[in-house]
Amino acid sequence: MAKTIGSSGGVRSKGSYILDKVLLVVLSLGAIVMVFPLFYMIMCSFMTKNQILSANFSVIPNPWVFGMYSEVLHKGLFLSGIRNSLTVAIPVLVVGGFTSSLAAFSFAKLRFRGREQMFLALLATMMIPFAVVMIPQYVMFTKVGWTNSLLPLIIPGLFGNVSIIFFLRQNLTSIPNDMVDAAKIDGCSYFQIYYKVFLPMMKGALMTQIILWFMGIWNDYLAPTIFVQNEKWYTLQVVIRSFNDQYAVNSNYPLIMAASVISMLPTLLLFFFFQRYIIESMALSGVKG
Amino acid sequence: MAASTATKKPAKSKERVKLSGMALHEQRWGRLFVASPFIGFCLFSAFPIVFAFVASLSNWTGTNSIFQNFIGLKNYTDLFTDMRFWKTMGTTVIYMIGIPVGMILGLLIAVAMNRKIPGVKILRTMYYVPVISSLVAVAILWAWVFNYDYGLFNTIIKAITGAKGPNWLGDEMWVKVAMIIFMVWKGLGTSIILYLSGLQNIPRDYYEAATIDGATGIQAFRHITIPLVSPVTFYLLITGIIGGFQVFVEVTVMVANGGTNYSAATVVYYLWDKAFKSQQMGYGSAMAFVLAIIIFIVTAINFYGQNKWVKTID
Repeated sequence: MAKTIGSSGGVRSKGSYILDKVLLVVLSLGAIVMVFPLFYMIMCSFMTKNQILSANFSVIPNPWVFGMYSEVLHKGLFLSGIRNSLTVAIPVLVVGGFTSSLAAFSFAKLRFRGREQMFLALLATMMIPFAVVMIPQYVMFTKVGWTNSLLPLIIPGLFGNVSIIFFLRQNLTSIPNDMVDAAKIDGCSYFQIYYKVFLPMMKGALMTQIILWFMGIWNDYLAPTIFVQNEKWYTLQVVIRSFNDQYAVNSNYPLIMAASVISMLPTLLLFFFFQRYIIESMALSGVKG
Repeated sequence: MAASTATKKPAKSKERVKLSGMALHEQRWGRLFVASPFIGFCLFSAFPIVFAFVASLSNWTGTNSIFQNFIGLKNYTDLFTDMRFWKTMGTTVIYMIGIPVGMILGLLIAVAMNRKIPGVKILRTMYYVPVISSLVAVAILWAWVFNYDYGLFNTIIKAITGAKGPNWLGDEMWVKVAMIIFMVWKGLGTSIILYLSGLQNIPRDYYEAATIDGATGIQAFRHITIPLVSPVTFYLLITGIIGGFQVFVEVTVMVANGGTNYSAATVVYYLWDKAFKSQQMGYGSAMAFVLAIIIFIVTAINFYGQNKWVKTID
């Protein structure tokens, strides 16, 4: 087998060049299969009901109907769903992001008795299935009268997020402890050390984690469906689901698809803009366990 | 909770004597900074777990008294003879077939992508899009894809074979196949991304040395790649199993009432059904506990067994 040194410096044979081309074709076909359902969903949202239900399979809308989107956006429930999801996400991300990063800093850089035990206790919660705590939580929230509001979705998040604490703490361990001592000598209080020295250092990692957390809150369905009874407080995912129940009966699939497309837009856009960081952070969590 | 902090206090003041002023100062601030997640842990994890355990010993409906309806371990013994529980547990485990399928596909695709073919970055994004998509939205979409009369799958099957495809979501067996296909599709991107980063950590000279020793590509894959990505395999297996035991949204969105003869229902679906639809919250809590214990045991076995097959580079 004749081998040539490729421009990349790696060893490349003619056979491997052909193999690359074949693999590219196979991978592309696979990728098309992966995104085709989503593409089809977008196309369906522009079709007429009759075209979707016709016996002849078609992908391109004929005629193009753009009205479904404005119809969805004129549904009060849909708009309140967006508003409710944001009402949950914003305070949770701001306050929870702060409490999580502060705790991560403390777990990584400050010395206090019981530190390891407390950290392990928090980590253990990642293994507890939500199914175990959801029944007592539901009763707790009912007792304090929160089920007729968004509080059951907001309050627990304000205390911080364990996986973010874990991730940021891992991130900070590589920074030398001398940084803390140096800042102390400069007369910084512990909060200033966090705020002025360590927060800027974990800014990138924190932003990525907050984006991922936003996606989690935006896409969450189980907690909102259990804790929120009043239609007025439905989050967007619960609204989408109720649309599905409501409109599938008369086969109004274009409307359901249009609503789903809009609901997916924010997370998709965030992903495309911050792709590199998101993928990096996902990969890290897998490699470090 | 209040009682436990009160009893801890004297012990702490004894320790304090040993700490210098500076260290004490650091300890105070350190504890204050972690107080928030720790209080959250007590309120929303520790307390509910204790509560759930006590409730699981009672014929509790959520509104009656837990203690007046105390029935001991009856919920647990009932669970063992509850055929519906075993059926949903079986379905939950069957869905986990998707875990190895996703891992094998993910590894193969990652190996292909790791060859630095131009254009691969866009493909990687395409495979990853389902992961970040809303589960409810894509479950609605796939319920439509699997639709017996008008769905994408059966339209394609009819176009190719001329025969009508299976009743994907209505048939007791096919609904499981449909769910597995859906879950593999949804999660494949995660396996690819993690395997890719695992592959990038393998030093190139391992393969060069293998080539010099006359190893074929398949041998190198078998003896270098697979062992050295085993930490990723382990991570995917653990998270896959923990997540697999908790499947709920897919079932509730894609089929009505757990499917024909409850054939699509998972344990968490049944638990939710019992606790929130039939108000049998004590029974639901018992089921949740059994589920948690099963997850714990399976995870522990995996961690114990990992020394046998999980290798690390160095």
